[in-house]
Amino acid sequence: MPETTYLEAIRQAMFEEMDRDPAVVLIGEDVGVYGGAFKTSEGLLARFGWERVIDAPISESAIVGAAIGMSYAGLRPIAEMQFIDFIACAFEMITNFAAKSHYRWGAPVPLVLRGPSGGGVHGGPFHSANPEMYFVHTPGLKVVCPATARDAKGLLKSAIRDNNPVLFFEHKFLYRRIKEELPADDFTVPIGKAAVRREGRDLTIVSYAAMVHTALEAAAELAKEGIEAEVIDLRTLLPLDRETILASVRKTNKLLVVHEDTRTGGIAGEIAAIVMENAFEDLDGPLRRVTSLDTPVPYAPGLEDHFRPSAGKVAAAARELAHY
Amino acid sequence: MSSPLTREQHLELYYFMRLNRELEEQMVRLFRQNKIVGGLYPSLGQEAISVGTAYALGPGDWIAPMIRNIGALLVRGFKPRDVMTQHMARYTSPTQGKDGTSHFGDLNARHVISPTSMLGDLIPVMTGIAMAGRYLGQNIVTMTWIGDGGTSTGVFHEGLNLAAVQKAPFVLIVENNQWAYSTPVEKQSALGDLADRARAYGIRSAIVDGNDVVAVVRTTREAVEHARAGSGPVLIEAKTMRMLGHAQHDSAEYVPKAMLASWKERDPLDRFEKLLTEKKLWDAKTKKEIDARIAREIRADVEFAENSPFPPPESAEEGVYCEGCHTVEADWQRPKEEVMPPRSSVKAEWPVKSHSVNGARPLAVRPPSPKAKPGKKPTRGSVRAKAGR
Repeated sequence: MPETTYLEAIRQAMFEEMDRDPAVVLIGEDVGVYGGAFKTSEGLLARFGWERVIDAPISESAIVGAAIGMSYAGLRPIAEMQFIDFIACAFEMITNFAAKSHYRWGAPVPLVLRGPSGGGVHGGPFHSANPEMYFVHTPGLKVVCPATARDAKGLLKSAIRDNNPVLFFEHKFLYRRIKEELPADDFTVPIGKAAVRREGRDLTIVSYAAMVHTALEAAAELAKEGIEAEVIDLRTLLPLDRETILASVRKTNKLLVVHEDTRTGGIAGEIAAIVMENAFEDLDGPLRRVTSLDTPVPYAPGLEDHFRPSAGKVAAAARELAHY
Repeated sequence: MSSPLTREQHLELYYFMRLNRELEEQMVRLFRQNKIVGGLYPSLGQEAISVGTAYALGPGDWIAPMIRNIGALLVRGFKPRDVMTQHMARYTSPTQGKDGTSHFGDLNARHVISPTSMLGDLIPVMTGIAMAGRYLGQNIVTMTWIGDGGTSTGVFHEGLNLAAVQKAPFVLIVENNQWAYSTPVEKQSALGDLADRARAYGIRSAIVDGNDVVAVVRTTREAVEHARAGSGPVLIEAKTMRMLGHAQHDSAEYVPKAMLASWKERDPLDRFEKLLTEKKLWDAKTKKEIDARIAREIRADVEFAENSPFPPPESAEEGVYCEGCHTVEADWQRPKEEVMPPRSSVKAEWPVKSHSVNGARPLAVRPPSPKAKPGKKPTRGSVRAKAGR
């Protein structure tokens, strides 16, 4: 079996779901003829035609709004943000219209909103965002952040089949950097379930998206020093898999949260609160976090490296915590 | 062209307009009794627009009413009790107390989308339904309303532009009631006619006297036919006047008294009643029967609403997500094979018709566009021409 990149896994998920279900359509900027800014939708127009692969004007609110309308009519639209930073332009449609629809009047919105997020590629302040927490704070949405090709494909399929608005944040750093062999069958990965990526006894490192790989790199380094870190990949931020986090903390008694999102209001704060409420007695040390700085994402490589967590920063924090 | 309205249709229009007005008067009484939980947004003087536009649609078509479009909800089959229980936050309301005012809908039976408070959002949403309807082979038209103030939003532009490039079967009613809360239309837009916004999108537009229900039905029917035929969206500006404040709490002292007085003479119900009498479409007995029926219905529904329980507090926790409680199913009216490979497959290249920009016309400074000439745009009426009927 050939190996599949994270990006190709996303393309395959859309391709296979559109093949399986004529209710699945794609709308976004340059998704058709051009195949998407990152070529995520390459070949979809040729196969599925103009009615199902819709090149839209530069109108993020209208793209999301139209996708909401399509979902009311029984379709399962995928709306693409060319860069996830532009999701800010559609904030209203997502948080007020889509998210509240089922609660307010029982109208489900089976919509997937996906796009490239994250930094590490020197995209600067407007092409590197990690906007997940704006939406994790919005009841009614689901927020998915896959870290592997298998999860990207399986979770996107689950998102398309879900009856709720799912925000699917692809990490563009991973697009062509990671690949793996994927199952040949029509598999899905359930939304709302974390995965233990590495087992360990000394501390738990919780992360998601590209930072899972950073955490694993740090864990490999720590293992050489005799520190066994357990690495948990959240995969979904909303709903959050509290059980997997708590089970690991109860086992290792120490918790480090790593995210590329900025520090204040990041998921680490929420996880800290959950652990304090549910596993305070199990802790043998203070909860630690390694996150990006509370600044916009800077452009210069040196600045961005300073801004983001690295395996070195994660290992240093983990070392300190392990020896606490 | 659509056929003229029959006597029965005239009487039905009267029923809905009168029901709209009587219902709102009843709502004011409930408000004064402290039985309305939140705000109450009157549509006094605008009943002909709500009722007449919704009346021009077919049963398979979709609407998304705005806050003042109680009349459209009634035409679509909602009952006074739905409006009352919504405002009174009762468990029997269409949203079971989760939302108030006219923020309710019915996806499957009545094809009514619940509005939100954020103006303009419904334009792309209804465009999306129109696109989906075309995709599914349903031959439907979608419609929503926006006020003069709402035309200033960004999503108005994004939505209408998308509808235009997609040639979506969508009709937008711009209900120009001259006031957005306390702000007059002159401070919203430098345009004399909001219908002229349509020119920016390359779509058809019309202006109609919003206080003339027959003209509203006729103009909207033409627009609906145009949209249904695949000729693209239509914007109708219905000129009218908000006769009360923005909501019940607003005494609207900022509105010149003379302005209200002049519009009061054009009251849509008074005018329609006069027309029914002049055309001998009814007599005093018929009017009395309809009015009595309305009084009966409202009385019964007030009783229903007042006897309805409030929602159990813990139901606040329910319904954030669809967890299998609804099935999502499209109503396919065309063979699915048409949109599946190999029939859906195309050559992935743009069918660009012209290789020159705007036909390579020389650039010229154009004077501000004059008032569109009647006749140049067939559905474009003029308020002045129609006001004399």
